[in-house]
Amino acid sequence: MERIVGIDLGTTNSLIAFMEGETPAVIPGADGLNLVPSVVALDDQDPTKAQTIVGNAARKYLIETPDRAIYSVKRLMGRGVEDVQDELKFFPFRLATDLAPGEVLRIQLGAKTFTPPEISAFILRQLKHNAERHFGAPISKAVITVPAYFNDAQRQATKDAGRIAGLEVLRLVNEPTAAALAYGLDKKKNGIVAVYDLGGGTFDISILKLHDGIFEVIATNGDTHLGGDDIDNLLITIALDDIAGDMKVDLRRSAEAVQAIRKAVIDAKILLSSGPYIKLDIPLPAGQRYQREITREQFETLIEPVIQRTIGPCKQALKDAGLEPEQIDEVVLVGGSTRIPRVQQLVETLFHRKPHTELNPDEVVALGAAVQASILSGGSEATNNMLLLDVTPLSLGIEALGGVVAKIIHRNSTIPASATEHFTTGVDGQVNVAIHVLQGERELAKDCRSLARFDLRGIPPMPAGLPRIEVRLLIDANGILQVSAREQRSGQEAQVSVQPSYGLTDEQVETMILESFDYAEQDLEQRQLIEARNEADTILAALEKGRNNSAWGELTSAEKRRIAEQEKALVAVKDGTDFHAIRNAIDTLNQGTMRLAELMMSTAVGSALKGKNMETANVGEGPTSSHPIGKAEFE
Amino acid sequence: MEREFQIRSCEGFVMPENAAQSALPIISNQETGSCWSCGSMRAAHYCQSCGKVQPAAPVDYFSFFGLPRKLNLDVAPLERDFYALSRKLHPDLYAQSNDAEQRKWSLEKSSQLNDAYRTLKDPVARTEYLLRLQGVDLDEQSTQATEAARASGKTKKQVVPPDMLEEVFELNMQIEELRMNQKMGAPDPDLIEQLRQHKKSLQMKLVAVDEELRGGWTAWDALGEPGVESASKPVIQQLVDVLNRRSYIRNLVRDVNEALES
Repeated sequence: MERIVGIDLGTTNSLIAFMEGETPAVIPGADGLNLVPSVVALDDQDPTKAQTIVGNAARKYLIETPDRAIYSVKRLMGRGVEDVQDELKFFPFRLATDLAPGEVLRIQLGAKTFTPPEISAFILRQLKHNAERHFGAPISKAVITVPAYFNDAQRQATKDAGRIAGLEVLRLVNEPTAAALAYGLDKKKNGIVAVYDLGGGTFDISILKLHDGIFEVIATNGDTHLGGDDIDNLLITIALDDIAGDMKVDLRRSAEAVQAIRKAVIDAKILLSSGPYIKLDIPLPAGQRYQREITREQFETLIEPVIQRTIGPCKQALKDAGLEPEQIDEVVLVGGSTRIPRVQQLVETLFHRKPHTELNPDEVVALGAAVQASILSGGSEATNNMLLLDVTPLSLGIEALGGVVAKIIHRNSTIPASATEHFTTGVDGQVNVAIHVLQGERELAKDCRSLARFDLRGIPPMPAGLPRIEVRLLIDANGILQVSAREQRSGQEAQVSVQPSYGLTDEQVETMILESFDYAEQDLEQRQLIEARNEADTILAALEKGRNNSAWGELTSAEKRRIAEQEKALVAVKDGTDFHAIRNAIDTLNQGTMRLAELMMSTAVGSALKGKNMETANVGEGPTSSHPIGKAEFE
Repeated sequence: MEREFQIRSCEGFVMPENAAQSALPIISNQETGSCWSCGSMRAAHYCQSCGKVQPAAPVDYFSFFGLPRKLNLDVAPLERDFYALSRKLHPDLYAQSNDAEQRKWSLEKSSQLNDAYRTLKDPVARTEYLLRLQGVDLDEQSTQATEAARASGKTKKQVVPPDMLEEVFELNMQIEELRMNQKMGAPDPDLIEQLRQHKKSLQMKLVAVDEELRGGWTAWDALGEPGVESASKPVIQQLVDVLNRRSYIRNLVRDVNEALES
């Protein structure tokens, strides 16, 4: 049977996982890494030549050519122009300049424009490709996770992204619920579990009741615009203000500089979770350097307002669940931002108990998605007794007279959930009735999120008030709305035409799928070529660094000569179109530099003993290639 | 050919006043028959021999769970049934099925299951639901009507329970005074204390009213099978009064809370 994969399409990183036998496992990419940064870039200014690059390989474009790279696109999914004005202050999203009113957002990437679902589809396609590479077989079905607090439009946009990427999305699962699945698989316990999920861009809190394999969500709450990004933005703002104040240089408009600062403050943020202070030292364009020390204490004071924003949703979820904090048996932490010690403290104070941290907070959602995928494919020994009962996070209502919202499905109702409402006409002979569906907790339509306007047509002409139109609204297991309607007096099935307030029409998605097929034609070969070229660039850059390393001096002149020849050979084929030739040249150079890599490693260890750190020894952050010389590679 | 149409504003229609009441097409008991798929006698919701979901029949929520229309209801066995039926009806079981009909029925059945469980497990929702089944128009009493009235700034035509008239009058005065105080930026601690006391007394009234509600349940359940109208009418009126009183007190608690928190 065909494999169903589980995908965590995150704001910062994305992952793909599969239930291998009885345990879920993340499938690594060609670079050996589990996390695929949710970054998409075009590698060439010329739109006819430009190829899409995704993940780690795309990150360098964020700094080098920020106008051709995009990150955190999840923040734009299912949102309208007027919703995203706040985002535009902090994120270098460049909206297309020719957006028509009511049109789905498009983002400028180099000379092309893409909708958020299309950008997300690039990431999904990369993940799909990683899985196909891993299994040596095509993948076409997936479970994708979404923040629990995503509304209908955001969910629909995620589903559209899947379709564009050539994936049938069998289920959208809420991220905290997925985490609970991964967690519960291990524990086989009954009880009440709270999942606190603070990711890169979203915050969710879900409270679940575990009962003999049934995972019943009792209440959920959250904020779809609260996460690690907000902390980064605070740090970036401080740095930019400092630089503007002390150095009289305004870098706010310099995308390159902002991205360089962004990378540095993210590294600093991560280090502050383990160390007492960090020293920022960021090279600026005019040869100046921005230096500043930040203590853990300062950092915690700074982020306090951000993390305090998670308290309200937690209290509301407890209230909706009808529970006191003492009644929560376990608390699970999900999302990279929960690594911050102050966040863990806050959670402990809120729920009066130490949260679980044993599962990797970056991977647990993807693992849970793989568990749900296994359930959908009929279950394995480990999952065949498991069933997930999730809820709708937001109330669904219909606009009635006076702009008031009549709530018909309340938040935290188990899904699928449905409601039937009756409508009639207000004017004699009226044959259409327009209905406005909204999502949200506020009482007035103008304060709620407009979901869709639909039109009941073909009502037989009758005096006002006589027709009786039954409208059935159903929220399916993905949290997505379905509508059907019937005129009861004449027995006529009224036609319903749903016009989503935000989102792509079916035709638009179909067109995008067709376009992506064109892409797929040239796909495999092109992709192999691009990957080979990227890998070639990586190894050549690493070699360049190696030459400046003291280890270089320890090589014999014959070795040096041979490396130089192999390098020349690789450079010669690298820009050609024969990916086999590039691969072979890479392998040869890999072999030839093996000893250099080993020497560099031992030099690095030596320097570290002498009090230098790995970075000054020029052994960079993480491996980006499976080759040992990759250790010296820049990010 | 698709016809062009104009999306009108929502002013173009009105919800009939009895919308909520008539929202539920009722068949008192499920017909029995045989499984459409394998031919053997069917269980209520899925075939016991082949496991397939049966088409959703419009039944009331009590019948869905095979329960009599009684108000004293033990939630523990209801939850057990809910879990057991979820394991048979949930769309996850049919996610990969090529049978579009099964997928549709599973979606409909499980939404019916969830709707029924949500209504019956909650004491107030259960009582309101039963009263609607008895043809009572609860619109004036429903929380939804209250919210709508609040949002549109209208005063809801809700009857103040006579024995509370004096208290409500005083309470509203105090809330108004506190709001004025707060506007001037000088809340009076005595006033806040008085409101806190009011809140306590209201909460005690809520406990008492819940006790009355259970009394009404018992009276209803004692009526036995299809009650004679002369016998059931006073019980229905009693239940309506209790619910009305309860929602009234709850709204007062909310008003006090809002005043104290702002």
